[in-house]
Amino acid sequence: MKRIESLEELKALQVAERAKMTVRDGLAPTEANLAKHQVLICAGTGCTSNKSAEVKKALEEKIAQEGLQDEVQVVQTGCFGFCSLGPIMVVYPEGTFYNKVSASDVDEIVEKHFKNGELVERLLYTIPGTKEHAKDMSHIPFFQKQKRIALRNCGSIDPEKIEEAIAHYAYQGLGRALTEMDSQAIIQELLDSGIRGRGGAGFPTGLKWKFATGYSADQKYVVCNADEGDPGAFMDRSVLEGDPHSVIEAMAIGGYCIGASQGYVYIRAEYPIAVHRLEIAIKQAREAGLLGKNILGTGFDFDIDIRLGAGAFVCGEETALLTSVEGKRGEPRPRPPFPAEKGLWGKPTFVNNVETLASISYIFLKGAQEFASVGTEKSKGTKVFAMSGKINNIGLVEVPMGTTLREIIYDIGGGIPNGKAFKAAQTGGPSGGCLPASLLDTEIDFDSLVKAGSMMGSGGLIVMDETDCMVDIAKFFVEFTQDESCGKCPPCRIGTKRILEILTKITEGKGEEGDIEKLESLAKNISTSALCALGQTAPNPVLATLKFFRDEYEAHIKDKKCPAGKCKSLFTMVIDPEKCKGCTLCARNCPVGAITGSVKNPHSIDPEKCIKCGVCLDNCKFGAIYKK
Amino acid sequence: MEMVNVIIDGKAVEVEKGSTVLQAAQKAGVHIPTLCYLKDVNAIGACRVCLVEVKGAKALQPSCVYPVSEGLEVHTNTAKVREARKAVVELLLSNHPADCLTCVRSGNCELQSLARQLGIREIRFEGEKNTFPIDDRSLAIVRDPNKCILCRRCIATCQKVQGVSILGTINRGFNSTVGPAFMHPLDDINCALCGQCINACPVGALSEKDDTAKVWDALADENKHCVVQFSPAVRIAISEEFGIPMGAISTGKTVAALRRLGFDKVFDTNWSADLTIMEEGTELLHRIQNGGVLPQITSCSPGWIKYCEHHYPDQLDHLSSAKSPQQMFGAIVKTYYAQKAGVDPATIFSCSVMPCTAKKYECARPEMNSSGYRDVDCVITVREVARMIRQTGINLAELPEEECDSPLGVGTGAGTIFGATGGVMEAALRTVYEVVTGKTLEKVDFEEVRGMEGIKEATVDLDGTPVKVAVVHTLANAKKMMDKVRAGEADYAFIEIMACPGGCVGGGGTPIVNSLTRTILPTDYRAIRGLGLYEDDKNLPLRKSHENPFIKAVYAEFLGEPLSHKSHELLHTTYTPRIKYNLNWNK
Repeated sequence: MKRIESLEELKALQVAERAKMTVRDGLAPTEANLAKHQVLICAGTGCTSNKSAEVKKALEEKIAQEGLQDEVQVVQTGCFGFCSLGPIMVVYPEGTFYNKVSASDVDEIVEKHFKNGELVERLLYTIPGTKEHAKDMSHIPFFQKQKRIALRNCGSIDPEKIEEAIAHYAYQGLGRALTEMDSQAIIQELLDSGIRGRGGAGFPTGLKWKFATGYSADQKYVVCNADEGDPGAFMDRSVLEGDPHSVIEAMAIGGYCIGASQGYVYIRAEYPIAVHRLEIAIKQAREAGLLGKNILGTGFDFDIDIRLGAGAFVCGEETALLTSVEGKRGEPRPRPPFPAEKGLWGKPTFVNNVETLASISYIFLKGAQEFASVGTEKSKGTKVFAMSGKINNIGLVEVPMGTTLREIIYDIGGGIPNGKAFKAAQTGGPSGGCLPASLLDTEIDFDSLVKAGSMMGSGGLIVMDETDCMVDIAKFFVEFTQDESCGKCPPCRIGTKRILEILTKITEGKGEEGDIEKLESLAKNISTSALCALGQTAPNPVLATLKFFRDEYEAHIKDKKCPAGKCKSLFTMVIDPEKCKGCTLCARNCPVGAITGSVKNPHSIDPEKCIKCGVCLDNCKFGAIYKK
Repeated sequence: MEMVNVIIDGKAVEVEKGSTVLQAAQKAGVHIPTLCYLKDVNAIGACRVCLVEVKGAKALQPSCVYPVSEGLEVHTNTAKVREARKAVVELLLSNHPADCLTCVRSGNCELQSLARQLGIREIRFEGEKNTFPIDDRSLAIVRDPNKCILCRRCIATCQKVQGVSILGTINRGFNSTVGPAFMHPLDDINCALCGQCINACPVGALSEKDDTAKVWDALADENKHCVVQFSPAVRIAISEEFGIPMGAISTGKTVAALRRLGFDKVFDTNWSADLTIMEEGTELLHRIQNGGVLPQITSCSPGWIKYCEHHYPDQLDHLSSAKSPQQMFGAIVKTYYAQKAGVDPATIFSCSVMPCTAKKYECARPEMNSSGYRDVDCVITVREVARMIRQTGINLAELPEEECDSPLGVGTGAGTIFGATGGVMEAALRTVYEVVTGKTLEKVDFEEVRGMEGIKEATVDLDGTPVKVAVVHTLANAKKMMDKVRAGEADYAFIEIMACPGGCVGGGGTPIVNSLTRTILPTDYRAIRGLGLYEDDKNLPLRKSHENPFIKAVYAEFLGEPLSHKSHELLHTTYTPRIKYNLNWNK
């Protein structure tokens, strides 16, 4: 790619490149690209695991075979968000949304869609509760309430081609900053936008940049935190897989603002696709003169290197991250001094999360007001949530701040599967908490979540239904933080272990009077005395479940019962002889041979042998098996 | 110096900008308990014992790292702070073996005294305890990770003071522990066995290999002729074990105590320090006169030798071939002394009391048998000999002063200063000057090689020939110097290198000075001990090694002259290049 020497050249290139993809905007093809169809296939991690690469390969082969190369172009993209429907394919200019496409569907798609102009109906999305097929994405409820800022280009462009990003205005925000703004103006733009850090605590990003600008030093650093570690969160991965240039651009703006010429992206090695795309993007940006020396002919120098993390959760904490980038064991260090004063190698540094940076490049492209027009009073813009757990539409959604939990879970997420009742939504990962049904109408933003006893965190949203035991859930998260504790301070290293031991005891039916008080005392001590935010917030899952589901704890301890029927030590599987028809299905499916009985006679379960796996319960057609 | 005003518990105090809250509190006369903090070595805010309430901060803050700022208001004694500190210590205790009664650090354990200070009477949060294997494979150091509280003072010492960095944090979560990479045993890796980690450890996770039973057995054996030597630094360091002020000399009382333990002969390593000067000094002159490898580097410190063998195996020809005073002594005891006293050397049990853990390893080196026997049978540290003395009910402080036995019991002031950094150099210069120039040295004190500076240099005029020398202590400084030597940039004739800070007085086998004492002392404790040795030197009748009549005697009666054939056989040694890791560690 030719080096871009000025903002004007960049703008001209945008126009030229955009002309090649008018089809994707629903328009007729132009001279620049005469192909009638562009087929976008998701190449994010979710769809890739569902073999989208095979679909793409088969499609390209079929097109070549049919001699349709000049008419149909295949483009790989980042994530569309609706991961449970993968592999996803969208055909333009119609915008036809095909889901769960496999390589064996390709022939039919080519024959029907490209040769005969007919839709392959069986691959279309059926709108829940109807028999109607959605003809494009705008008719799918999952997408209707979303507003995509950080994910704006994910699913629209080929992340491995900088030209496609440029066509979507990449680097014009940087161009604007470099040619029209100084540090003060940039900071003011961020403050005006009201953006707060998307990585966890929601600290105002403008202030962070202001502090780092305020310290003078011979070298400063810009660091991107891509060490996404919350169980169930994958928005940062998606941004880097789908639109890495949005992050690179914002880092360069940050470098220009604080006076840094070097940036680092700290990304976990378990994200191979994201790492690969980021490497390509950095290389292409350098070739285009958008990184390196004299960016856009302005005299500003900035470059980025990648540092791979080994997958320690604690390295998402900014000081631990910096320690790890320095090549040491990833452990937090006390603040103050904050990274703005003494960060990477003791130099002024700011650390921003991927989603924050992707939003910042949008702010500099569109202006602070555009961003600030979305969201609530104190939480501006949008937030990406990674929905998982007991929810129909597992995937990634971006909604304006202030959207209620109910809208996200029911309108976008499609509600709870199998007709089960909603029990709780876990937000904020291991540092967050669980919100019960009574708080479903909470308008989600940084402050309302904290007020409700949880936190935003990085935007993980795990939905639980009536079969989930909240003591068990708390145990799961504490087990996670205990495993991931860096071991530096005793409250986290030993304190979370003691909490875990008590929770384990309770779920095993060995809970005693006083255990809840002991949990509360430990939790309080850990949160006041642990070294870093990971430790200080580690007891949150316990405190939050105690706050809303204390009766479940008490049932475990006093009645030795698990109301959700989850804790195996607290129930036995029983066959109701009145209901059992003696069909033998349960006995045939029992993996340990615990069920005996003769045909057409009631069966029974040997509790000594039973491992409470629940297979019999799932197989019984007569509802004769229950937990007691 | 820019000053800032802070308020600690309502008390206004002015402190230097850049100070920590802990330092400000000290100035305000407020005591904040600490555990992982070790002055000048470790301030990382890890243990959460020194937590305080800082006005305006959400969580409690560690005072050892929290920087002061103008108007800062701190409360160190609120209910919240007391509860947090107590909970932290209870958590530590919940994962600590409750074997205080039999622990080597009982009575001298910082965790124990913290628990007492904080009034802990129950541990609210009991649970599983770690069970790691104990590493007692090396001859010098025992590592019990089950007692480790992860304060990381050992890590910081090994890394920052010694520059060896064999210790680090391993594992995550509750299983976090401290150890060498892959939990290698210490004797499989490039550990110098200097024992500085032991001196830094607040609890019993690191200790010297206890060899007192071996000594008691020998003393009880009627067929053994038990001989003991004690090194220059021992006479100073032992004082602290018996309540005698730091830096005070206890030579005569040490002799009296060793005699009461039952040793047949009590000798002085100062004597063989003088012998070392004769050999090493002569070797230096030989190298200078015959174009030998320069700079010549001292070889008294076995931790330094082991470090050099692991890290600079290509530079071993710089090392003086002279054995350390301990090993020269051992070789002489089982030859010259045995002959002279008419004792069968096979029956001699040669014991050595040292300020050093690496000496335990040195005496076991396979080549240290030039007498035909193991030259030194057993090395015990100052801490071990103090335990033996206490066990007998003797209070060393109350003993009369006694003299060492003859003929290996007299040393000069030159021998005594071997125990402080710069001492070997100064002793050598006193002798070399007079040997080379034939003149009497007027000014015996070489001030420029004394003191706690990490690398000291001096140029001595040997009758018109300037000789440049350097003195180095701590292995971190040794590394700096050796990199220069390797690069050919060290234009010295002679370099003294000691592994431990301050030299032998700061050895890994000396009494442990706890964190609080280190903080309160006006100066480095090793400097105080060193000054005691220089005071001893000043008061001794003979201050030059070559003037020691018993040294003259051993040459006249037995060795002939320095570097003679017999000297070479008994008093000189060779070195072994070593790798950093024993790759066969699985076997």
